[in-house]
Amino acid sequence: MTCDLWRNKLDAYVDESLSPEELSAVEDHLRACHSCTADALARLQLKRATRAAAARYTPSPEFRLRISQSLHKSRKPLRVFSWLPKLAAAALVLVFVSISATMWMQHETRAQVMAELLDLHVATLASANPVDVISTDRHTVKPWFQGKLPFTFNLPELANSSFTLLGGKLIYFNHSPDAQLLFALRKHQLSVFILQDQPAGSLPQAGFTTSSLKGFSVETWGRAGLRYVVIGDTSPADIHALADLLRAAAGS
Amino acid sequence: MPHFAKLFNFACWLTQDRAAAEDLVQETFMKALKGFSSFHQGTNFRAWIYRILRNTFLTTQTGLKASVSFDSGDDAPVEPVTDETPESLLMARVTQETIQSALEELPVNFREVILLCDLEEMSYLEIGETLSIPIGTVMSRLARARKALRALLEANIGRAAR
Repeated sequence: MTCDLWRNKLDAYVDESLSPEELSAVEDHLRACHSCTADALARLQLKRATRAAAARYTPSPEFRLRISQSLHKSRKPLRVFSWLPKLAAAALVLVFVSISATMWMQHETRAQVMAELLDLHVATLASANPVDVISTDRHTVKPWFQGKLPFTFNLPELANSSFTLLGGKLIYFNHSPDAQLLFALRKHQLSVFILQDQPAGSLPQAGFTTSSLKGFSVETWGRAGLRYVVIGDTSPADIHALADLLRAAAGS
Repeated sequence: MPHFAKLFNFACWLTQDRAAAEDLVQETFMKALKGFSSFHQGTNFRAWIYRILRNTFLTTQTGLKASVSFDSGDDAPVEPVTDETPESLLMARVTQETIQSALEELPVNFREVILLCDLEEMSYLEIGETLSIPIGTVMSRLARARKALRALLEANIGRAAR
């Protein structure tokens, strides 16, 4: 092999990219050839000089900062993305709190209404004249309200039930005229309030709820713009039975 | 920011313009960040990010002009070195400035292969990965690039001596 061919391998030699066999062969030649050794040395010197000369440009601290900030910014969408579940959770909590607050306020209003009605019921029982129209006949009691109320209602037939109608009276609740009816069940007296529409949420719009208030059983429901509230010191089952009778009469 | 300073230096050599190099490095990091999923663990990260930088450079105006000289003559045989100036005499007169100015004058495809090999000390395999060329082409291009560099050094030194 001539020196020209060996010299073609000198770049790979200074770049340390020869295979072990090639490296061994090149080193054998260099030991014997002064010219090629000088060439290899010059190439190595040029390589080192190039390395030193090429390390020329240094990024400014401002640029380094700018890159760092732009990388940080570009990660932001990812961070926002990672925050999305938290934001969604926060939004859910907010909605939950709002709904809870609204429900609590409705509950408070409802509780206040029930407390007032309970007071009316107790006051009625304590009164020497609990009702204005005294009659066990629904066909007497209902007409009594004519001209006194801006609404009308049906009363159930109680002949086959253990309830007895005692009478009714006109009440004013929330500045509007409403009806209070008094029923007897054995020794107990129960009030049925038939009220006009109240502010939204103060009483159930539909369906019925049974609850207990200071030992009294209460059942309420709404129908056709009227709110019915049955209050008594009997068992909830008795209250519910009377409420069923009233609901049946209202639906007939 | 791995390889930040070295990438910036390489970008400056490619673009020959500090502001353009800053834009190039910034875009490289953005692309690397965005496309990190395409980087396969266990493969050469340095070659990967240098390849992004170089490919980004090729899409710039300077890069498009420079790419005209790319991949030309890689397959032509490299002429044996028949320098009139002996290597030892040449190296005695070479300064950092003469090398820098010769590197600036080199076509971009020669400049980058020398920088990747001599400055970044990449293996031929890594250079091949970075430039997306086979090892044989790396070797032939490197030989031609060094020959061109030596020729420029001789010319510049000769011009300075006159």
